[in-house]
Amino acid sequence: MSLVVDIEKKLGSFTLSAQFETGSETMALLGASGCGKSVTLKCIAGIMTPDRGRIELDGRVLFDSEKHIDLSPQQRRVGYLFQQYALFPNMTVLQNIMCGVRSGTKEDKKKKALENIRIFQLEGLEDKHPMQLSGGQQQRVALARIMASEPSVILLDEPFSALDSFLKWNLELEMSDLLVSFKGPIIWVSHDLGECYRNCDRVCVMEDGVTGDVTDMDTLLSHPQTKAAARLIGCRNFLAAEKKENGIELKGWDISLPIETDKDGSLAVAVLDSAILFEEEGISAVVKRVIEDMDYAVMLLCPEGKEGPFIRAVLPKDEVPKQGSTVHIRLIAEKCICL
Amino acid sequence: MDWYPLLNSLRIAAISAVIVFFLGIAAAYYIAKLPRLIKGILDVILTLPLVLPPTVVGYLLLRVLGPKRIIGKWVLETFGIRIVMTWWSAIFATVVVVFPLMYRTVRGAFESFDETLSYAGKTLGLSNTYIFWHIRMPYCRQGVLAGAVLAFARALGEYGATSMIAGYTPGKTATVSTTVYQLWQTGNDALALKWVIVNVSISAVVLLVVNMLEKRNGSAAERRSS
Repeated sequence: MSLVVDIEKKLGSFTLSAQFETGSETMALLGASGCGKSVTLKCIAGIMTPDRGRIELDGRVLFDSEKHIDLSPQQRRVGYLFQQYALFPNMTVLQNIMCGVRSGTKEDKKKKALENIRIFQLEGLEDKHPMQLSGGQQQRVALARIMASEPSVILLDEPFSALDSFLKWNLELEMSDLLVSFKGPIIWVSHDLGECYRNCDRVCVMEDGVTGDVTDMDTLLSHPQTKAAARLIGCRNFLAAEKKENGIELKGWDISLPIETDKDGSLAVAVLDSAILFEEEGISAVVKRVIEDMDYAVMLLCPEGKEGPFIRAVLPKDEVPKQGSTVHIRLIAEKCICL
Repeated sequence: MDWYPLLNSLRIAAISAVIVFFLGIAAAYYIAKLPRLIKGILDVILTLPLVLPPTVVGYLLLRVLGPKRIIGKWVLETFGIRIVMTWWSAIFATVVVVFPLMYRTVRGAFESFDETLSYAGKTLGLSNTYIFWHIRMPYCRQGVLAGAVLAFARALGEYGATSMIAGYTPGKTATVSTTVYQLWQTGNDALALKWVIVNVSISAVVLLVVNMLEKRNGSAAERRSS
């Protein structure tokens, strides 16, 4: 079971260029809002048509601009969970799920829909209309309807954006449990790193309409490959650096790091929070400011006798030194990434 | 009192409303999908009868349907039928005059439709026809019904174009509106008043129905957004 996507689409001044391949796993498509995640899903589902490229699902060609293949959404067997679930408001829960069943007599459809109602724990709600359901129940109906249509791939478009954060946790667990029985690829679109980390096996970061490599979650956290990826995982420091003989040197700081890079000239280095150690032998830095957050504090550090550039370091609240005091820091080269 | 004009008015209005019902829905659905320029042009042409004097519409129709004109001549030669000056001639006039009302109302209703519902239906494998009749139409039901009733009400009151294309022949092409004019002109004020009362009461009832439909539509929209 695999999904191969390689498409391009121009929308006004925005250009989408999505390339990735995913198997029977949950792949996160992670990116800021407006970066083209939903457009990518719509192209896969056949709701939007790419200008160029190819989409293949389990060896079936869904779209190929060169061979002029463009299957209708009905033929593609793509399960699409919309942000607001898109339940049909004029139909009951049972009728909504029956809409998903693709073949058989009305009786067959009803039987299969009732089976899904049982699996998705919707018993007792058969005759209710979507408007009478809670957000979580609506989501379960939408999932049951998608599963009834026996899709080859499932696309989840920001599945929890319509819910209160209070409800999210439980529903996330519930959803993972319900999706376990699905054997094909799942694409989980989100802008929330934590949500992706908890629910997805692998991740593809998208920035300004362009997808990056598909990596596993831990690789993304330890070695983000682009500035967008580094920003998404919460990296606070992007420092200018210069290439030297034995690695790179951070501008303004007397710090050399033995990092090899193919790039020349001026570089940007992403310094992850975990790269910064406080050690006596380290380089002295002045605490310019302390900003307290809810459960930790961020310090703005600058080189002694200078006004910048700042390094932002994180410490537990009770370990934070006073403003104006001097600390000694060391950077772990493996956790600094040359972009 | 001879009730023929009422019967004639009602059947002309009913048939016209049915025709306009389907034409208006089809036009609203397909024109929305066209490129902006063509949509703009078609919009103007199809809405024009709403603002033109009915006599101008009647004149234009006579230029096409009259026995010596393109279509009228062809129908007369092929089928031996004169299109104008029969009771059903008024249907042509009424359809053209009333069409913009239905078209505009339905288009407004369709614009409020949440397209993701249609996308969802497609990905689930539902045919476009099924989606149209079982999802889009129920969603827009109130708007479509209001348009149809409004079209029927206006069709009932059509005078100008009808009088030009069907004329006034008692017991044949006479409608309520043409009868009122005829009676008033011939000085039969008392009978004219009776017809006026009949007309006003029917129209009032129809408008009441439109109002009720729109009110229900409004409260449904409120429920949806809350």
